[in-house]
Amino acid sequence: MTIAVTNLRVEDKLYQNRYLVDPGRPHIKVRPHESPSANLRALTHICPAKCYELNDKGQVEITADGCMECGTCRILCESNGEIEWNYPRGGFGVLFKFG
Amino acid sequence: MIEEKFDAIVVGAGMSGNAAAYIMASNGLNVLQLERGEYPGSKNVQGAIMYANMLEKIIPDFRDDAPLERHLVEQRLWVMDETSHTGIHYRSDDFNEVKPNRYTIIRAQFDKWFSRKVREAGATVLCETTVTELVRDAQDKVVGVRTDRAGGPIFADVVVLAEGVSGLLGTRAGLRKMPKPETVALAVKEMHFLPEEVIEQRFGVKGDEGCVIEAVGTISRSMAGLGFLYTNKESISLGIGCLVSDFAATMESPYVLLDAFKNHPSIRPLIAGSEVKEYAAHLIPEGGHKAIPQLFGDGWVVVGDAAQLNNAIHREGSNLAMTSGRIAAEAIVGVKRRNNPMTRRNLTIYKTMLDNSFVVKDLRKYKDMPALIHTNSSNFFTTYPRLISLAAQNLMRVDGTPKIEKEKATTRAFINVRSRWGLVSDAVRLALAWR
Repeated sequence: MTIAVTNLRVEDKLYQNRYLVDPGRPHIKVRPHESPSANLRALTHICPAKCYELNDKGQVEITADGCMECGTCRILCESNGEIEWNYPRGGFGVLFKFG
Repeated sequence: MIEEKFDAIVVGAGMSGNAAAYIMASNGLNVLQLERGEYPGSKNVQGAIMYANMLEKIIPDFRDDAPLERHLVEQRLWVMDETSHTGIHYRSDDFNEVKPNRYTIIRAQFDKWFSRKVREAGATVLCETTVTELVRDAQDKVVGVRTDRAGGPIFADVVVLAEGVSGLLGTRAGLRKMPKPETVALAVKEMHFLPEEVIEQRFGVKGDEGCVIEAVGTISRSMAGLGFLYTNKESISLGIGCLVSDFAATMESPYVLLDAFKNHPSIRPLIAGSEVKEYAAHLIPEGGHKAIPQLFGDGWVVVGDAAQLNNAIHREGSNLAMTSGRIAAEAIVGVKRRNNPMTRRNLTIYKTMLDNSFVVKDLRKYKDMPALIHTNSSNFFTTYPRLISLAAQNLMRVDGTPKIEKEKATTRAFINVRSRWGLVSDAVRLALAWR
């Protein structure tokens, strides 16, 4: 099947990838907060897998299933404690076929 | 899990880790290499261009069986605005040599091959194993690692941290600082599959010849960034990356940038009809010489991306990784042969050797470039590309305007936008940083 190169949604892009999800053990967690910092809010736009989204209370939530483990969110939000970042357990997570 | 004590543990099976493990195992050291992916390469992302000379120094006959895609005969550098590109192309038949200088590769395949060589050299390679912690003795010397597998710690005389740009171990153990948002770029990439003959027609290459396009300009939306397109045998690696600090400030989405790059009138026809089979994201160390951390200590060394060894100006990363892995391994082999302990003092030789290699010499040459580009990104990546396009178009449209007036209009456009002082100052600062 040929997929048009234009206007792909991120979900469609991620669908091309291979993942081994570790159920119930997300490797990244967002610490509960009242209102997110500028960096945490930025992740809702700049995370390349669109893992971060704002809920209706204006707080940032994460679904790490499509994560490509690039580490951008760690660089921006680990040192201030807003997120907790670990690698998935050995063998789990994204598995690049080409890389 | 593993009771014996190793001469060395290598954390990670990327370019630097494989180079280090291969050299140490080839020299008779008892090496354990730990990789968190299902197979070597499953967590690794690169553009990717591989430089033959650096691999030859590790595996001289690699061309016999390494999975190589195309050897490069043509390089294009494009300055782009929304509808145009102004390019410098270099193509030479001299690159069709018996032992070509540069190849495109697909990292997952290449890393599997490299890892096979590492095992053949005698190292023990354990995949699906995430190293969670460094183990230290009472004197604070690193003496081993803990993993997420059952069982106790695994011990070794020295640990080689080849854990990549986002390496957790070294940063959490306080051996080096976490990269700053302005010293790493976030790149996204897609693999576009096309029949071999289509690629050959579109890029004017035949057989194993390949072509590279690297592009700067409005595609990065005033951020410091680079787009790229590399031809593989039957696919095209296409991507774009910008500094994380710029992404955070602009809140641009990397996938939006990537789609806009793909839809640029200069790129779109090159990938038309392709089938996308993977979407990847990765950080690239961009801090240069000033971002290199402490490289060694009691019982440990750090190599490759984890040590920020990447020449962003020349887009050379994996060759610096391979070379730092090889040099670290040679240093360790030397200390071992003299029956000396793997102390900070004895491992200093690694830094001395690396400082004398092209790796640190090249990074030192461009030490001021990251700061210049970072603070000046909107001029270098938007203003100048637009002016260059305007100038080229003005020159090429034949409309009865006398050429002298066209020249004056071009000069005026540059001065209006950047001022005489701005132009001179940008030129001087660029020249100084390049020197």
